[in-house]
Amino acid sequence: MSNDAALGVPARTDGDPTPPAGGPASAPAPRRRRRPVAPYLLLVPAVLALLAGLAYPVGRQLVMSVQRYGLEQQFGQPPAFVGLDNFTRIFTDERLWAVVLRSVVFCLVNALLTVVIGLALALLMRAVHTAVRLTLQVCLLLAWAMPMVAGVTVFKWLFDYRTGVVNWLLVQVGLDGFRDFSWLSQPFTFFLVATLVIVWMSVPFVALSLYAGLTAVPEEVLEAARIDGATARQQLWHILLPMVRPVLSIVLLLQVIWDLRGFAQIRLLQDAGAPVSETNLLGNFIYELGMSRQDFGGAAAVSIFVLALTVLLSWPYVRTLLKEDA
Amino acid sequence: MSAVARAPRARRRARGLLLGTLGVVAALVWVFPVYWMVLSAFTPAAYLRASTPEFLPLHATTVNFSRVLEGGGFTSALRMSLAVTGITVVAVLAFAFLAALAISRWRFRGRRSFVLAVLLVQMLPAEGLFIAQYKMLSGVHLLDSVVGISVLYVAAVVPFTVWMLRGFVAGVPAELEEAAMVDGLSRTQAFLRITFPLLAPGLVASGVYAFLQAWNEFTVALVALPSQSSQTLPLWLREFLSASANRGVDWGQVMAASSLIAVPVIVFFLFVQGRMTSGLVSGAVKG
Repeated sequence: MSNDAALGVPARTDGDPTPPAGGPASAPAPRRRRRPVAPYLLLVPAVLALLAGLAYPVGRQLVMSVQRYGLEQQFGQPPAFVGLDNFTRIFTDERLWAVVLRSVVFCLVNALLTVVIGLALALLMRAVHTAVRLTLQVCLLLAWAMPMVAGVTVFKWLFDYRTGVVNWLLVQVGLDGFRDFSWLSQPFTFFLVATLVIVWMSVPFVALSLYAGLTAVPEEVLEAARIDGATARQQLWHILLPMVRPVLSIVLLLQVIWDLRGFAQIRLLQDAGAPVSETNLLGNFIYELGMSRQDFGGAAAVSIFVLALTVLLSWPYVRTLLKEDA
Repeated sequence: MSAVARAPRARRRARGLLLGTLGVVAALVWVFPVYWMVLSAFTPAAYLRASTPEFLPLHATTVNFSRVLEGGGFTSALRMSLAVTGITVVAVLAFAFLAALAISRWRFRGRRSFVLAVLLVQMLPAEGLFIAQYKMLSGVHLLDSVVGISVLYVAAVVPFTVWMLRGFVAGVPAELEEAAMVDGLSRTQAFLRITFPLLAPGLVASGVYAFLQAWNEFTVALVALPSQSSQTLPLWLREFLSASANRGVDWGQVMAASSLIAVPVIVFFLFVQGRMTSGLVSGAVKG
């Protein structure tokens, strides 16, 4: 049951007698059998914006994916139709599959870490004194509010090989191997830093959303469980977690979708001199194909793959939201 | 507060202390990068290069900020960012408000398709579109122009804003308007005097959301604004760091530059975040 309906807000049919489609109240004969014009007029600007900024590029991308952009096209020749050549060429290239594998692993690791840590912090907020909780909430908000580019820049400073505070700290605790250690110049430690940045940026949203979900669990239920002798762990596994499961699954899904992106963070970290071909994610691969190598056909083919993957992954989330639109 | 109701008091105290400590440590970990950015921005370069970092503002100075502002790049990027963000916010608010009005006050053919399209489109990643968007803008000679990138930003931000405003509009019962009309107001007057003021918080929240999106955006800007003279602030910050890297990064200045971008955003963000959290997960919470 959606909240709107619960509040008794009816679907309106302002200014026009046409009743809600299929509603039981459609009995009184409409005075005019005209369709409402107003809603269509109201949608015009939004639809035009979406057509210009999104729909047209998507269409253009479909066309580009079946065209060839080679050397001749850089000299002004119109691109030639090549059927599915771009797809077969790109998708038989093992470099693409290396990037896909890397993106998927990176995405899943980041999403899981984010949700696990976010859940832990949400449960922690529930358990601690109000003053500690408020401190934690404010700190999470500050981290969440950081613009992405500024956040990544700060992490580059923290992990600077010469004067970064992380290396200083590691040397202080006796790990002398980290003196002048360059985190961003080899793939494994590069992704370690990338994961830290992304998890740091994403946890606040997850923790605060889950905390909001946890506060919605009625205290009486937990009280009753306690009277029946349930331990803290039993309350967690049998009451709290099942009751926040809907929020938990949505948040996990959103994280997976968002972490599949990561173009910007990776690109900014690569500026510090990382081996580009070994640290590219899907977005970076597309950027390199299109912008650096002018292979717009290949870039379009990979883009379509990314869009299709996103739509597929987003479907459960979109369906949940659609249910809310009663 | 829950948990071990019957455990001995001493054990419960110890547990509370442990959790409290954990909470404080987590808070410090999350706030540290923000603190470190602001602290470094106010620290002279000599102290930042010292072998032992200072964790408190013992030698605070504003020299890093004045160096950053002297460069001139900041002002031009600020102007660009303000123009793009301004256009985006105004257009998004107008377009999204009208669309939200349509889908929450009318039932019409095509409505469900529109809602579905809006929800689906807001999930699309910029990475899957930006090459085509680049080709489109270069085809109509709108690369490096405020108009070109604003069109892309408006299209990217409108979907979520429509969804967000829909909730606000649906929350104002149309009966209120009708009651005002019974009292002798025209439909327009009733809308302007009754409904509109009630929607103000929603419009403000949506406006701040659009502001944050346009102000922070990096990926699309990277392809749509290729030349240095048309950079927005995020692009400028990246450039500033790269330029500084050529002569051994002056992290104090870089952090001052980061702070200049981040501080207005943090202020706006704290203002709007409650609404954003509930908007994103409300479907799941209400189920």
